[in-house]
Amino acid sequence: MALSKLDNLYRQVVLDHAMHPHHHGSLKRADHQMEIRNPTCGDVLNVEVALKDGKVSEIAFSGSGCTISQASASMMTDEVIGKTPAQISQMVETFSEMVIGNPPADYEKLLGDAAILEGVAKFPARIKCATLAWKAVYQAVGNENGEASAGIMRHEQL
Amino acid sequence: MVKEMSNYRADFPILQQKVNDEPLVYLDNAATAQKPKAVVEALEYYYYHDNANVHRGVHTLAERATEQFEAVRQKVANFINAPSSQEIVYTKGTTEALNWVAASYGATHVKAGDEIVISYMEHHSNLVPWQQLAQKTGAVLKYIDFTATGELDLNSAEQQITDKTAIVALTQASNVLGVINPIKQVAALAHQHGAIMVVDGAQSTPHIKVDVQALDADFYAFSGHKLMAPTGIGILWGKSELLADMPPLEFGGEMIDWVQLQKTTFKAAPWKFEGGTQNIAGVIGLGAAIDYLSAIGMDRIAAHERQLVDYLLPALLEIPGVTVYGPHDPAKHTGVISFNLDNLHPHDVATALDMEGVAVRAGHHCAQPLMEHLKVAATVRASLYLYNNLEDAQRLVKALKATKEFFNHGTV
Ligand SMILES: Cc1ncc(COP(=O)(O)O)c(C=O)c1O
Repeated sequence: MALSKLDNLYRQVVLDHAMHPHHHGSLKRADHQMEIRNPTCGDVLNVEVALKDGKVSEIAFSGSGCTISQASASMMTDEVIGKTPAQISQMVETFSEMVIGNPPADYEKLLGDAAILEGVAKFPARIKCATLAWKAVYQAVGNENGEASAGIMRHEQL
Repeated sequence: MVKEMSNYRADFPILQQKVNDEPLVYLDNAATAQKPKAVVEALEYYYYHDNANVHRGVHTLAERATEQFEAVRQKVANFINAPSSQEIVYTKGTTEALNWVAASYGATHVKAGDEIVISYMEHHSNLVPWQQLAQKTGAVLKYIDFTATGELDLNSAEQQITDKTAIVALTQASNVLGVINPIKQVAALAHQHGAIMVVDGAQSTPHIKVDVQALDADFYAFSGHKLMAPTGIGILWGKSELLADMPPLEFGGEMIDWVQLQKTTFKAAPWKFEGGTQNIAGVIGLGAAIDYLSAIGMDRIAAHERQLVDYLLPALLEIPGVTVYGPHDPAKHTGVISFNLDNLHPHDVATALDMEGVAVRAGHHCAQPLMEHLKVAATVRASLYLYNNLEDAQRLVKALKATKEFFNHGTV
């Protein structure tokens, strides 16, 4: 049956993250905040980040979304803690390459558990769902110019 | 010889394919309709035999192209029972048609303090142009509510439409709730208060017989692509006295009467609105689509879709965890059915259905204020057309049950 193909996308780990997302909520004190919208589906994701010694010490996300966007956000929060903005930029770029089917050689090492979302590459309509949270954290802690921003972004602007 | 409804499906080669190893079930007709061979062949014939620019040449091809281009105006007029083909303006689609009414008629007739009345179930293209007009002119934008069953609330319409109302703009059929609105009654209210009635016919013209005179509308807009014509062609119909009174919005070739160094006079409507080279092939495709639909008969199309809804709506409602938005009585429901399944996000449902070969739409359907009113982020939407059959409807129901199973147990 054709639904069995869904197993490549909705792995048990993905479903678990979506059902019980990690770091869901908000921070008492955040250094950076970014709200990002996916205009095609109306989903909104808010990411808050606190830094200590130049590394992410705390992170939280809130907002509604599909299984893929929620699971991806949950995994992202797990993976970026303890990382510097430069490391996060590299992770986000790696993630973006992975979900379009071009994972760099070291993607599993860089992305940890989030590498399981590589199955998204077979579902092009869902790539934006997967990248939403990563783009939000990328914008929040700083882009390649090292500039952090706060505010509201639309997904297509990124 | 009238063909059985089941025979028309063969006119749509695109439907005879597999998607994700399953035979395609196309249920995204509210977004755009598939094209019958007759329409594609009309385009091909035009480009292979008659292609030329219209209104510009004395040569034979130009004459042929112009004749066909203008003949479609009459076809469109007959299709919606407009009194004259000169009231038929070619546009890019519903969106452009409604924008033109707002930017041309609206900007010259609406002033600060006037009211523009629309409803909560409008598509963004019958909402944002009015919002923009209200912001520019200082007019007030008001919304007609709908009832608990998703039908337009006429009591609310009576309250919202007042002597200050200049424009009432309403969709004839909702692209989300699957209802047909009582345009005639609302038009009567609008006229009683001296307002004009603008109708968004994007979701109704493909499926039911439209009569703009019986509706007593003042403007009526629709898109070709939703009724089997190519994309990029649509219609604005307006009463001739209103069109005559409207300034053109695009200036250039085709639309002019006489250009001097410091001033220009324009052609009469509809041509004064049609600046630049038009979508000639689109117009010809629209003519072919109208011929195709008319040969089947709009009443038969509506009856066929009614039969499918009679099966599909109760079958969806029977699945535990399915919420249907809009009326639950099939007699009040068009072939557009919006729903959600359990707590699943519509995107997840649509991906699962796609794996079963079933194409539906998931999202806010360009109706964000409506989604907010319904208190949902998004919905799944299945929408039918004349080539769909009972098997398609059954495939949707079966695929939904499998989807539910998959997400409840993480496996199939
Ligand atoms: C009710 C309604 N109005 C307007 C439109 C806009 O039509 P178009 O995109 O063809 O201009 C649509 C199509 O999505 C619609 O469903």
